[in-house]
Amino acid sequence: MSSRTLAALLAAILLLAGPARAQLTIEIIGGGANQIPIAVLPFAGESMLPQSITEIIEQDLSRSGRFRAIFVGGVNTPPTEIAQVDFPEWKSRLADAMVIGQAQRLPDGKLEVRFRLLDVLKQSQIGGIAFTFTAAQTRLTAHKIADFIYEKMTGERGVFSTRIAYIVKQGPRYELRVADADGQNAQSILISSEPIMSPAWAPDGARMAYVSFQNKKPILFVQSLSASKQPAPVANYRGSNSAPAWSPDGKQLAAVLTKDGTSQIYLMSPDGGNLRRLTVSQAIDTEPFFTPDGQSIYFTSDRGGSPQIYRMPASGGEPVRMTFEGDYNVSPRVSPDGKILAYISRVNGRFQLMAMDLESKQIQTLTDGLRDESPSFAPNGRIILYATDIDDRGVLAAVSSDGRFRQRLGIQAADVREPSWGPFLGN
Amino acid sequence: MKKALFSALTVALLYGCASTPVETEKPAAPGAEPAQGLPVSPPLAARPGQPAAQIDLSKRSVFYDYDKYDIKDEYRPVLQAHGKYLAENRGKKMLIQGNCDERGSREYNIALGQRRAEGVRRMLVLMGATEKQVEPVSLGEEKPRCSDHSEGCWSQNRRSDMLYSGEY
Repeated sequence: MSSRTLAALLAAILLLAGPARAQLTIEIIGGGANQIPIAVLPFAGESMLPQSITEIIEQDLSRSGRFRAIFVGGVNTPPTEIAQVDFPEWKSRLADAMVIGQAQRLPDGKLEVRFRLLDVLKQSQIGGIAFTFTAAQTRLTAHKIADFIYEKMTGERGVFSTRIAYIVKQGPRYELRVADADGQNAQSILISSEPIMSPAWAPDGARMAYVSFQNKKPILFVQSLSASKQPAPVANYRGSNSAPAWSPDGKQLAAVLTKDGTSQIYLMSPDGGNLRRLTVSQAIDTEPFFTPDGQSIYFTSDRGGSPQIYRMPASGGEPVRMTFEGDYNVSPRVSPDGKILAYISRVNGRFQLMAMDLESKQIQTLTDGLRDESPSFAPNGRIILYATDIDDRGVLAAVSSDGRFRQRLGIQAADVREPSWGPFLGN
Repeated sequence: MKKALFSALTVALLYGCASTPVETEKPAAPGAEPAQGLPVSPPLAARPGQPAAQIDLSKRSVFYDYDKYDIKDEYRPVLQAHGKYLAENRGKKMLIQGNCDERGSREYNIALGQRRAEGVRRMLVLMGATEKQVEPVSLGEEKPRCSDHSEGCWSQNRRSDMLYSGEY
């Protein structure tokens, strides 16, 4: 009796709002074509900041695969105004663009950074902006500056200031963590001695759906990131409750329940109310994923004899089969522009990430891993984060959606899995 | 009416589960015989008046081929014995946990594990158990008994386990 009580206590879920112990480290594997050479000069006065803001900007830009950082050594006094810039020097260093700026402490104790993005060839300013922030917001400010530069130079929105979620397994301990898109600044959202699965960001970026085994079976939760304790489950029906997916407006949750027999897809409001069944089959129907317009749902089903990907109207109706090559195609995710279907395919016993152009139906193999799984698009659609393993240890990896650029994110001595990329800030 | 009663009982069962201890099952060492990792059901084996069923009731697992959920003929006597026991002991409840090997999608494996557990549930009901007595759930690939990346290990993980109340 006392050992049972002890076991129950040990198994109890602890919630913790604090920095996680190990950070993700990033290793860049492949190079991208057509990278923009950019010189990020040190900002005048930035040494008084808690972190080097220009170092973070430079790392963000390089890691995107779209930029190549130009060596900026040998500059004695960093220029802060366009008139002070020696453009011929930077042209000879082969920079197409450069960033200059200055940091200072304001009378009220807050920090301020002003920066300018310059076109080296035209010797003109592309853009410039000033940020006021607290010391704790230094990293976020650097990411926002990198986002500004990225958008001005590529025409697409940057994702450096967005966040990612993932599961870490360390011995018998499972953690749901949220970190900056570069893997830094990780926070534990949930810690459990039982498995945690399938984290899914709400479109508002403030809540997360996930599956927990804390009651000896999969049950579904929706938790606010700022919550101090775990809320009541949103789906805890007979059998298993799993595979949450948010509608783009955040008003509906699709999930898989088995209360009526095999795994079927249901829709519910995020508090679990207004439950209705979406698929009606004798087969496995799982892994729902809404299209960005909210009109359709992609899912995995074995109704044709092997797991394949199907699409159906989000209001219900006849599914259309989408994958035909191979006998194991699972985990559908649609890009934010609705043009690419990413999924996992078993090819000669290996599980690899594929991308299908939904218009031409052309398929590209993006990865060559043995056990690649759980793809998640960045909110700008440029990068797909996924889980893979190296030397028997789960790590996260990212690949550009054109397959040209790859990187790995890992934590020493822990299994990292099931990444989910959060939405843009301010959405 | 019947449905409402059924859901009420389901809820009761679920809340019953929630208050039971969580760490009961220790994974067996790699290479162990399939049935060794499970408790040998002391309350059942020790019970007098069930002599014919004793041997089969100590067996609690059904094993599957890769990507499959059909129950092989060799497991029928075991399921028959448990079904008969549940039929004769209406107060007993059982949790059936379906498991998968690590290959493939985690969520698809939850669904596959559920199919495996559901197959066992269906068989037990055919053998006389009632719906209220058995709940099929899936652990997918999340609780492997054996963690090597080899068929020797995977074949142990493709499994349904039958646990009586008090054992989970």
